Amino acid sequence: MASNPKIIVIGGGLAGLSAVIKIAEMGGQVDLFSIVPVKRSHSVCAQGGINAAKNLKGEGDSTWQHFDDTIYGGDFLANQPPVKAMCDAAPGIIDLLDRMGVPFNRTPEGLLDFRRFGGTLYNRTAFAGATTGQQLLYALDEQVRRYESEGKVKKYEHWEFLSAVLDGNRLCRGICAIDLRTMEVRTFPADAIIICTGGIGAIFGKSTNSVVCTGSAQSALYQQGCYYANGEFIQVHPTSIPGEDKLRLMSESARGEGGRVWVPKTPGDKRDPKSIPQSERWYFLEEWYPKYGNLVPRDVATRAIFKVVYELNLGIDGKPMVYLDLTHIDRKILDRKLEGILEIYEKFVGDDPREVPMKIFPGMHYTMGGMWVDFVQATNIPGIYAAGECEYQYHGANRLGANSLVSCIFGGFVAGPAAVNYARNQKAAAGNGHFDAERKHQQENNAMLMKSDGKENPFKLWRELGDLMTANCTVIRYNKKLQETDGKLCEMLERFRRINLSDRSQWANTSVVFARQLYNMLQLSRVIAQGAAMRDESRGAHYKPDFPDRDDKNWLKTTKAYFAPDADEPKFEFESVDISLIPPRPRKYDVAK
Amino acid sequence: MANKSVILRIKRQANPNDKPHWEEFELPYKPGMNVISSLMEIAANPVTREGKSTTPITYDSNCLEEVCGSCAMLINGRARMACSALVDKLDQPIRLEPFTKFPVVRDLATDRSVIFENLKAVKAWVPIDGTYDLGSGPRMSMEDQEAAYPLSRCISCCCCMEACPQFNESTGFVGAATISQVRLFNTHPTGAALKRERLAALMGDGGIQECGYAQNCVEVCPKDIPLTRSISEVGGEVMKQAIGDLFRK
Repeated sequence: MASNPKIIVIGGGLAGLSAVIKIAEMGGQVDLFSIVPVKRSHSVCAQGGINAAKNLKGEGDSTWQHFDDTIYGGDFLANQPPVKAMCDAAPGIIDLLDRMGVPFNRTPEGLLDFRRFGGTLYNRTAFAGATTGQQLLYALDEQVRRYESEGKVKKYEHWEFLSAVLDGNRLCRGICAIDLRTMEVRTFPADAIIICTGGIGAIFGKSTNSVVCTGSAQSALYQQGCYYANGEFIQVHPTSIPGEDKLRLMSESARGEGGRVWVPKTPGDKRDPKSIPQSERWYFLEEWYPKYGNLVPRDVATRAIFKVVYELNLGIDGKPMVYLDLTHIDRKILDRKLEGILEIYEKFVGDDPREVPMKIFPGMHYTMGGMWVDFVQATNIPGIYAAGECEYQYHGANRLGANSLVSCIFGGFVAGPAAVNYARNQKAAAGNGHFDAERKHQQENNAMLMKSDGKENPFKLWRELGDLMTANCTVIRYNKKLQETDGKLCEMLERFRRINLSDRSQWANTSVVFARQLYNMLQLSRVIAQGAAMRDESRGAHYKPDFPDRDDKNWLKTTKAYFAPDADEPKFEFESVDISLIPPRPRKYDVAK
Repeated sequence: MANKSVILRIKRQANPNDKPHWEEFELPYKPGMNVISSLMEIAANPVTREGKSTTPITYDSNCLEEVCGSCAMLINGRARMACSALVDKLDQPIRLEPFTKFPVVRDLATDRSVIFENLKAVKAWVPIDGTYDLGSGPRMSMEDQEAAYPLSRCISCCCCMEACPQFNESTGFVGAATISQVRLFNTHPTGAALKRERLAALMGDGGIQECGYAQNCVEVCPKDIPLTRSISEVGGEVMKQAIGDLFRK
């Protein structure tokens, strides 16, 4: 095989761009595919910061502490060696980003500033205002643009991945993709491919995710034989701003900078929040979790808010909302450290959070589960690698805030070189008809959708899916409802056959593309619902009132779903978790660890 | 008084070669609606005000929180992001049109890839030696970080270019966003290594001298980037370098 192999990277967020940079640096050639221009990828939405134990605040922080916080925060479900490797690499990643020109906030001495985030007692989070993801993505985008101008990277923007091309030995030899403008379906050969397609928020209808985060690519690969791991672990962020089109994230950094969550002690209190005296406010997180206070991990904060709103009926004005209050913090500090998120609240809600407590509620935010990968980011299909939110490796049963950016970049940095090394040791593909066959198969799928003349509008069906999954597969789970959910998903897959696209044109047809995504969402939803139904315990973000405790004896294991094409449904295997470095212990946030 | 319905007038075009036409839609009003949620509503029920079946509107979008730069369009004649255009604050009927200075792909989606080409032309990056571990970056004062950060929030939406009277085919003007990125990278301690090349790229036809100081750019920028200040600072540098080059010849 050539010493400069061709690698296809799908997705141009932090993970994808990180992989691209490493491959280009190693002398590989990259074809980079993205639905949107890569600079518009969902990573721009990350707000609060990126974790690395640089220990610049004299607190005695260490990469081991970061590792321990991450494993503990993830309720011991993550395999430990790769998490340790990530935490060890994090300080170097921050240095690199700093060298690339990320405008991180500074201390008076000109060093990087750090703030606190959830699930830790250390100031470990580097940040660039409250638009850290945007700033990191831009830095990597700029480096990739440099490689692009040197001819080492070719971008295919406005192209969507449809499937992998597998040869007779089930080795990946390339991909099949669609040009979202001309609607041309084409195959592209490669020595290896890396999937960096992010989250699956669209499965839940409204989430904090971007429009492109449908999980469609992951689902397509799962249907082609890739394992999908820990799908039932879905993070619901405690503080989002409900909206008509999406739930907008209100960063954990608001609490990291001192924001306090509270409700009026009197149900239905109609007073202006500023006029409610301290003694009549209930700071429930601070009361229940004195050690971590407002900075408990997200699953804990989200359940606490649910309890206050739904069990104790103390939501603001009887509605599902609680206050997130920044009004006690100096305006100048807020503007310097949180401006980006304050601006979002101002623009989309119309109130100034420097003056008025924000009204927030939990919203679907992140999937800890994703494509199963080994310690070098390889999936079970040779030649297919995965990095970033689309894989399951780093966050166990619950992700800590500001760990996603570091896991994306680290995952990309591992996957890129691993794919190059794989490709260099791989024999060239024998000429075969697998490319033509895959292209025809995908063209037929499109033609079928175009022809279908039932009554089901894909956008309406999608709304139903979102409501179903949000109601039953998020914060609180019951087996009966999960089983009903899977039944409804089967019905929806049946209804999908009677889909009707109101657009049958062959140019920039968003309906046909969306319908394809919807089908993949439905298939992946079954993995989530069934995985949740099976796991009879509570661990991290997965909470069942009927099984309220963590059960290490039976459930300290990774869920691995694979697709059974004949039965058209998921099957499950379980794999033990590598706990070789930190023995599991009970997870409690009312006291220090 | 609450509106019971929302009226949208949308300029449609099936493909780059097709003639544009207008369609009107009437949607039930919901509190908190924005232009994107209205377009989603139309996709779920693509029927015009006259009751004629039509196709969902094609438009660019992604983050829906005004940080990805996708959903730029003309809304009631103004270049802005559709996600942050709240229906409550818009005069009705709400008029949606694609940008006029960029090729239409379909309906409200336009091809704005020129901005990424421009960023390539001015080498808008910090030339690092490599991604291996080379220690920390250059120290930077809080003041310098606070000057760089607002420039670095540019979302490449191209509103500044759409609004600029000088940005057109005859001038080939590079536009305010790219000039502002030149300022950002030229003031970075390591980025400054490419300063001469960046300034050289802004000389000549389509370069910074095409700016007519209309100041529309800074007016429409959704991120409040000090674009006119960037233009005047970079303009001064270009001038200095041009004169220097003249004497060196």
